Amino acid sequence: MSRIYTIKNKLEESRLFLNRIIAAFVVMLLLTSGLIVRLVYLQIVGHEHYATLAKDNSIKIEPLVPTRGIIYDRHGKVLADNTQSFSLELIPEQIKDLDDTLQRLQKLLNISDEKIDQYQKQRKRQKRFVSTPLLISMTDEEIAKFAVVRPYFPGVDIQTRLVRHYPYAELASHVVGYVARINETEMKSLPVAEYRGSTHVGKIGIESTYETELHGKTGYAEIETNVQARAINTVNSVPPVPGENLYLTLDIDLQKTAYDTLGDYNGAIVAIEVKTGGVLVFASRPGFDPNPFVIGIANDAYQALQSSENQPLYNRALRGLYPPGSTAKPFVALAGLEYNAISPEHKIFCPGYYQLPNVSHHYRDWKKGGHGSVNMSEAITQSCDVYFYSLASTLGIDRMHSFLQHFGFGEKSGIDLVGEKQGLLPSREWKRNQRNQSWYPGETLITGIGQGFLQVTPIQLARATATLANKGKVVSPFLVRHTPDPDATAPVIENLELNPENINTITAAMVNVIHDAHGTAKSIGKNISYQIAGKTGTAQVFNIKQDAKYNENDIDFKLRDHALFISFAPADDPKIAVAVVVENGGHGGSVAAPMAGQVIKQYLEGNNEN
Amino acid sequence: MKTETRSEQFHPPSLIGNVLRKLHIDIPLFIGLLLISLLSFVILYSAGSQDMDVLMRQAARVGLAFLLMTALAHVDPYQFKRYSALLFSFGILLLIAVLILGQFGKGAQRWLDLGVFRFQPSEMIKITTPMMIAWYLAEHALPPKPKQLLIAGILIIIPTLLIAKQPDLGTALLVASSGAAVLFFAGLSWRFMLAICTILAGLTPILWHFMRPYQRDRVLTFLNPEADPLGRGYHIIQSKIAIGSGGIYGKGWLGSTQSELDFLPESSTDFIFAVFAEEFGLFGCVSLLTLYLLIISRCLYIASQAQDTYSRLLAGSLAFTFFVYVFVNIGMVIGVLPVVGVPLPLISYGGTSIVTLLAGFGILMSIHTHKKFLPHS
Repeated sequence: MSRIYTIKNKLEESRLFLNRIIAAFVVMLLLTSGLIVRLVYLQIVGHEHYATLAKDNSIKIEPLVPTRGIIYDRHGKVLADNTQSFSLELIPEQIKDLDDTLQRLQKLLNISDEKIDQYQKQRKRQKRFVSTPLLISMTDEEIAKFAVVRPYFPGVDIQTRLVRHYPYAELASHVVGYVARINETEMKSLPVAEYRGSTHVGKIGIESTYETELHGKTGYAEIETNVQARAINTVNSVPPVPGENLYLTLDIDLQKTAYDTLGDYNGAIVAIEVKTGGVLVFASRPGFDPNPFVIGIANDAYQALQSSENQPLYNRALRGLYPPGSTAKPFVALAGLEYNAISPEHKIFCPGYYQLPNVSHHYRDWKKGGHGSVNMSEAITQSCDVYFYSLASTLGIDRMHSFLQHFGFGEKSGIDLVGEKQGLLPSREWKRNQRNQSWYPGETLITGIGQGFLQVTPIQLARATATLANKGKVVSPFLVRHTPDPDATAPVIENLELNPENINTITAAMVNVIHDAHGTAKSIGKNISYQIAGKTGTAQVFNIKQDAKYNENDIDFKLRDHALFISFAPADDPKIAVAVVVENGGHGGSVAAPMAGQVIKQYLEGNNEN
Repeated sequence: MKTETRSEQFHPPSLIGNVLRKLHIDIPLFIGLLLISLLSFVILYSAGSQDMDVLMRQAARVGLAFLLMTALAHVDPYQFKRYSALLFSFGILLLIAVLILGQFGKGAQRWLDLGVFRFQPSEMIKITTPMMIAWYLAEHALPPKPKQLLIAGILIIIPTLLIAKQPDLGTALLVASSGAAVLFFAGLSWRFMLAICTILAGLTPILWHFMRPYQRDRVLTFLNPEADPLGRGYHIIQSKIAIGSGGIYGKGWLGSTQSELDFLPESSTDFIFAVFAEEFGLFGCVSLLTLYLLIISRCLYIASQAQDTYSRLLAGSLAFTFFVYVFVNIGMVIGVLPVVGVPLPLISYGGTSIVTLLAGFGILMSIHTHKKFLPHS
């Protein structure tokens, strides 16, 4: 760059810069004039309007909380609604010494420190003029006590508030879930405007999954108030939009039957409507009463629930992981047929154990003497382990993995409940990544009888069964129908395109489990007008050492096998698919199958009565 | 030192003049800033419920800020130029540090805790960004070529995005406009500016199309706070009542009812203009705006008298950013702009912005009082 050019450029630059300074100043003058115009509009044109608002009366904005949507079961029975209750509420703005007031109230009504603490947290989130409840669902005694001294507590009042109520208590707690006070973490993530005035939010279950729909939209009222902050007149209001009512596919009567039939066992029963994927039963026992959570469960009561050995807060149907045991066999058998790895007539001799070539280890059959020579149907009916060791060995883990995956093993069923567990469908790749080990042939064998690494949730098991019953059209389980019409069907997402002949073979074998003299669940096949297809399963909780004697009665209850059963009915035109898992139940045939039988019976025979 | 002796020769010798020149203080600017700071105490006393503690704390900060301004006025502008790139890079590193540390600290992502005091790197960036852009553009002939524009654009976008991620939209906006102002003063062609505006306007519907519904909701509440009358809109509604009820002459000092009765939130900080407008009315507002414009005019004058490209661009940008501060804050308080957290400069309660602002004025004074030869006049 030459010197002359630079100087010329500098002069040019100066001129340009000066122009820009002037331009900037003009822009600023224009923008400032804009501000002044607006100020004139507010302070001269609008002065009278705003002065009236500001003079003696002031505008306050109060949130209008929407009514939470009601949750119904498939027949319109109420699973969650809102009941009127009295609550003790404080408006911080109207209270001179809040701490003192709280202390006096605490003494008067014997309020726990926790509740005071909860109130303080909630209050801080709200505007000072918003009425926030200290006590919800007051007893008559509490109301009477406060009513007498009310004049001494300005800014404190008894209000009626709608409180969530769950009429079926522990029966549907794991499906419906519950609402409880908004906690600090939720305060940060919830949309502030939508939840001003709201005190509760769905924590688990449908209440949580469909929080947005159930909550509705908060409205507001602009209220003119005088100096004592008494409302005079509503200037303007936008009404709240109430939350949507939800209609579940759940049949609460059937749910009750399932829950009751579990008796004292811990376990889960899931039933799915085969054609739609609608979940009819989603029972996890023990449940818990969600109602105390709504009004603020006391710490010791919560601790008791948490530390209970039976884990009532644990949603077994959604999160319980169990080895499927022999209930995996129909799927493995179907894999064998679909991959042409075996024909249904092919017989395998079962001496009571299976050996891999050149390995001395005995993989035992549950029946000590063995089943003799069995074909596929007999192997399923009698649940012969050796047949499936052999089939699994022929198929190999890769084919088993990819086939079982299609039935939803190892992946979330996608049911509309939060917190679902994925289960585990092992593969070579999984083992390499997770354990940094290669896959051993013995592991293929035990996967073939539903043991080893394989883990499923009851909802997954029910889904796989329903997909089998649906002849390979994949069923996606769901709970909320979004329409009151109980017959609305869901579109088929994926068809596995299975050979109908193969499905018939498996179904026939599963019918034999219940209706054949050798069937492992023949006890439930009596006195019914339809056929049930099913498969029993017994999942080992712990391993038996080689050559050790297995005697059920010697084993501690907690170490007893889990009893499982999958089934669908009627076998020729499946309507319902049921999966039962009974923790430490022992045998699938004697414990789990009758439970499924009861659910099927009520569903099919109850339907006929209607 | 040499430069000082030289500039002295061209001024009529007088005792006061001598002292002031030694201090490197620009009298008109200094008087304007002093007036505004005094006004700030008057309003704060009323807005802060006549709490002397609030006033004392603010006084301490303002004192410190004035000291910093004087100190910076002493520095030769050549030094600012020399360290521009270094200071800018350092600021960016601090911003990144804040973002990373914020990941662990959850929430507080603006502050860097230095033990003795907490430091907000985004404040420093408000000054170092225009310094950087001015330094970069001054290296080349003006007006800037497309390649330089591109690089300058990237240099502006980096700190802006880092601050927007904190998230601090107000400061991000100020940083972006301080950089853009440099480009404007450097002679960015009007056609180019128009093109950029058109492209941005054209991109908006496309971006809108790709946004998820909840993101759109957020943008809408951002643009129209009154859709959220219980949250952000509450401020605006109350603020309008306060301003409107002030009328032409206002309710007089300490006469604000809206902030007294606690209707007006953030009355000492971002919404302090509403208190001012309620107490001093339209007259007060116009006077205040005039005072601001006078200060800005003096800054623009200083820019126009600056002798090298770097100083000009930096001075022009500092003046312009100060105006953006005023405009955005008052605009949001009177309900014509979306609510972003920008304080009313030199008046709102809170130390960080005052320190940065006066540091900027210190640089302006340095530019004006360190001239190497007299302009042709």
